[in-house]
Amino acid sequence: MLKINNLHASIDGKEILKGLTLTVKPGEVHAIMGPNGAGKSTLASVLAGKDDYEISEGSVDFEGKDLLEMEPEDRAREGLFLAFQYPVEIPGVSNINFLRAALNAKREYHKMEPLSAKDFMALVREKSKIVELDAKLASRAVNEGFSGGEKKRNEIFQMAMLDPKLSILDETDSGLDIDALRIVANGVNTLKSENNATIVITHYQRLLDYIVPDFVHVLYNGKIVKSGPKELALELEEKGYDWIKAELGETV
Amino acid sequence: MEVAVENIVHKFTKAISDNFSGGVFPENVRNKALADLQENRFPTTRDEYWKYTRVKRISTKSFKTQHGKISSIESMKITDLDSNVVVFVNGFFAPQFSDLNILKNSGVEILSQSKIEPKFVEDSGHIFDQLNQAFATDGVQIHVAKNVVLEKPVEIIHIQTGNEVMNNLFHNIEVERHAQAQIVMSFYSSDAENCFTNLNTTIRVQDGAHLRVSKIQTEDNSNYHISTENVSQEANSNFTINTITLGGELVRNNLNIKVDGQNCETNLHSAYILKENQHIDNHTVVDHRVPNCVSNELYKGVIDDKATAVFNGKVFVRMDAQKINAFQSNGNVLLSNDATINSKPELEIYADDVKCSHGSTTGQLDEKAVFYLRSRGMGEKQARELLVQAFVGDVLEKLDEPVRNSVEQILETRFGWEVMA
Repeated sequence: MLKINNLHASIDGKEILKGLTLTVKPGEVHAIMGPNGAGKSTLASVLAGKDDYEISEGSVDFEGKDLLEMEPEDRAREGLFLAFQYPVEIPGVSNINFLRAALNAKREYHKMEPLSAKDFMALVREKSKIVELDAKLASRAVNEGFSGGEKKRNEIFQMAMLDPKLSILDETDSGLDIDALRIVANGVNTLKSENNATIVITHYQRLLDYIVPDFVHVLYNGKIVKSGPKELALELEEKGYDWIKAELGETV
Repeated sequence: MEVAVENIVHKFTKAISDNFSGGVFPENVRNKALADLQENRFPTTRDEYWKYTRVKRISTKSFKTQHGKISSIESMKITDLDSNVVVFVNGFFAPQFSDLNILKNSGVEILSQSKIEPKFVEDSGHIFDQLNQAFATDGVQIHVAKNVVLEKPVEIIHIQTGNEVMNNLFHNIEVERHAQAQIVMSFYSSDAENCFTNLNTTIRVQDGAHLRVSKIQTEDNSNYHISTENVSQEANSNFTINTITLGGELVRNNLNIKVDGQNCETNLHSAYILKENQHIDNHTVVDHRVPNCVSNELYKGVIDDKATAVFNGKVFVRMDAQKINAFQSNGNVLLSNDATINSKPELEIYADDVKCSHGSTTGQLDEKAVFYLRSRGMGEKQARELLVQAFVGDVLEKLDEPVRNSVEQILETRFGWEVMA
């Protein structure tokens, strides 16, 4: 589904990703962990198409297409979804109207008829249940005045509505209390199927108690330096990232 | 130098005079205005009141007074607005398009049929007011009698047509004690080029009365428009004016509100959405002369291409006008590097127990929000339009639904916006 090969990306002349390679297959959950500044959020941004980054080397193949050549909206329409670490507040834009426009833009891209108002609202009711999102929140302005937990639930609600092939959760756990974390994780698990895949980016192992990964990768200094089964996350939690640095022969 | 200046005004007035007869002002008012004009000159950017707006485009033209023909007003009347319609073409009353009989019952008179009383004439010294007094061909006088609630809004449609035609109009609106009325004024072009609408309106809202005015300015971009509203509010009255400016090459709105009685509420809302070479200048004055009143001013603009907007909003709180709550806000989004805004909010407060605030913001669209919308599959153009609409949304939502729909319709045809609200 996703093949990242030797990806180098820089911002303002500073190289952040320094040869990152990762392959994700349908049905898999990959966790990417790493210390602050390792390049986790850069990876998420580059995949979603944020144009602040310059790609100097490497390739990203998504479902047989060159992802890096696509506009952000086309990446979304092809089935890529990024749950933002910091969802943007957009006053005056209704959550529902924006989602409907986005969903219909995706359908148009795939040469499908737009969803009727009735079918759309039925879908909203169905999907908002997954993350226990109050119907009132769904119709308010995008993220405006939402609590941290509501914003993250809204991200997963949007994910449910858009039904992506590949979801990237960028530190979705940051700032969440345990109840919100459980709701969000439960939402992600409900949406999981053998046809879609998830990349969970996180600093802490805590989220992985709820969203159990098939693979754990350690991102450090712009590269994946270690990969392993889910137990790797526990080991990291216990030993800390210094352990990785030591293993790499760096002085701490 | 003096001679040259005099000649411009002289030449200007002579061109308009050629076809002019009668007018709505009594002879003595006209004659005084004509005499004053001979002493006056067009403002330059050295005049503080016109600092950011050059009127050379207007002053160097030879506008004429001329009747115009329109085949239909179908596209100009607001759909779904159940109103009584008065139409003016090139400043002349067009009875064939107007609901004449009903209008009379609503207290609406056509001024060319009954001259304006001199007491409504203000001597401001401004050249465009003098031109108006000298050459106003028509207008309405709306008189809502005591305790009357006008059932339907009066919809005044102003149409300009032809080439280098000046429309001088005068409206006088008086809402008596505890009466209530709503007025919609719209401004259109129909095959018009270099036409100039110069409108003066006096408004008096008496004790306990309510008046809502909505203006839609959507002339084509090769035309000019100067509007001056002089409003006075008596005690316990409520006055709201919504000004939506979408068209016109040069538009200047002078909105002067005197709040002369206690417990008044005053609302001024405006959205201006500009492109190409448009130049829009809003000058507002809210003069709180007595205590215990509230005013809310919200002006929002979206400026694209090489367009320029000017906002100058003055709020006076006079000595002893205590317990005034006066709020003013001007927000602007610039969509291009060549777009310009000159924003000057001014508060002058001479009382010490008041709550006043003003603010002016200018920025670009939030690129983070654009990316967020695109990352959900929305195209870039659509995402930007949506954010622009959201920006002016809090002004547009002040409009009544049919008026708002009509504005959105204009935005769709004029700017290619897909309406999403």
